Amino acid sequence: MPKVKPHRSSPSLDMTPMVDLAFLLVTFFMLISKFAPEEVLVVDTPSATSEIKAPDANIITISIGNDERVFLGVDDKATKLRMIDKISEKYGVGFTQPEKDVFASLGSFGVPISQLKSFLALSPEDQKKVNQPGIPIDSVRNELGDLVQLARYSNPQSIVAIKGDQGAGYPVAGRVIEILQDKNVNRFNLITDMEVKPRN
Amino acid sequence: MAEIQQQGGGDEGGKKRAKKGSTKVDMTPMVDLGFLLLTFFVMTTTLAKPQIMEINMPVKPKDRQEQNELKASNAFTVLLGGDNRIFYYRGLHQPNMNIIPDVEESDWSAKGIRKVVSEATKANPNLVVLIKADETSKYKNLVDILDEMSITGTQKYAVVELDNADATLLRTAEKGGQ
Repeated sequence: MPKVKPHRSSPSLDMTPMVDLAFLLVTFFMLISKFAPEEVLVVDTPSATSEIKAPDANIITISIGNDERVFLGVDDKATKLRMIDKISEKYGVGFTQPEKDVFASLGSFGVPISQLKSFLALSPEDQKKVNQPGIPIDSVRNELGDLVQLARYSNPQSIVAIKGDQGAGYPVAGRVIEILQDKNVNRFNLITDMEVKPRN
Repeated sequence: MAEIQQQGGGDEGGKKRAKKGSTKVDMTPMVDLGFLLLTFFVMTTTLAKPQIMEINMPVKPKDRQEQNELKASNAFTVLLGGDNRIFYYRGLHQPNMNIIPDVEESDWSAKGIRKVVSEATKANPNLVVLIKADETSKYKNLVDILDEMSITGTQKYAVVELDNADATLLRTAEKGGQ
């Protein structure tokens, strides 16, 4: 019997197609990914069967937390720059240019306008540490209504979305809806999680 | 591995020979980095956009005259109570005319409020579902009942403020059910 000679070829493999594919995927994900802005307020949205997707841009998000704090987020930077000018006009608070830039890069915020200037002056690390009390929604200081109105003046195409936590009480959510109705925002969206539609 | 074959360069009498060293480059670190980036982008990207539910509220009427009176036969009221409880009654609640409807309790299952609402709207297409949420109810309950409206295909519904008369009705119903 002849001896079986092991075939001694080089064990190196041609990895080129794999590498090509990997970099193609990297490029793909780099281009499509849009980083979610850091959320200060953690919101666990309730689920619903609605299958409408949220629009990409021009959203004013009103977040209602578990602890009934109300936050406001505007996604477009140019809108926020116009908005802060209108805020300073209306409330007589002067903002410096760096403070305006900080405001434009803010994801969502929940401080009363009286504290907004000192909040914007903080460094980003300190801003995270600050326990934001939420935007006042009571009828005496209805700042949420004003802010939504100013945001809509700054960008008339924007739509309003409410992102409420499951555990948030109805009084706060109802109050937010009432404020929106007062400001003639009768068409708005509720952000929900996906749920399978029941078959019947 | 990708390799680049180096062609023999010099042809001056064949005396000078180009060095034929291996031109293979070790690509492992680059591949490592590529996959690291790939993993990073796969993990951080938010492909799934959040779902939204559209809701249209009626324009606030300036005075009472603009409001239409709802016929009692077309009214169906859903009351949202505390502890995720849900009640409903047919018709209108008019304590000053001594009309007090029977409040029944339901639940959030498919055989609960969904069945009741879909049967009621089938029987009477002009039915208007009034949703009245109590202060003890949660935002989740509101979204759930709005979702039930879209599941049952109910076209006419409205979120209405809970008045005192209905609040007392709800309180007695909550106590009676326990």
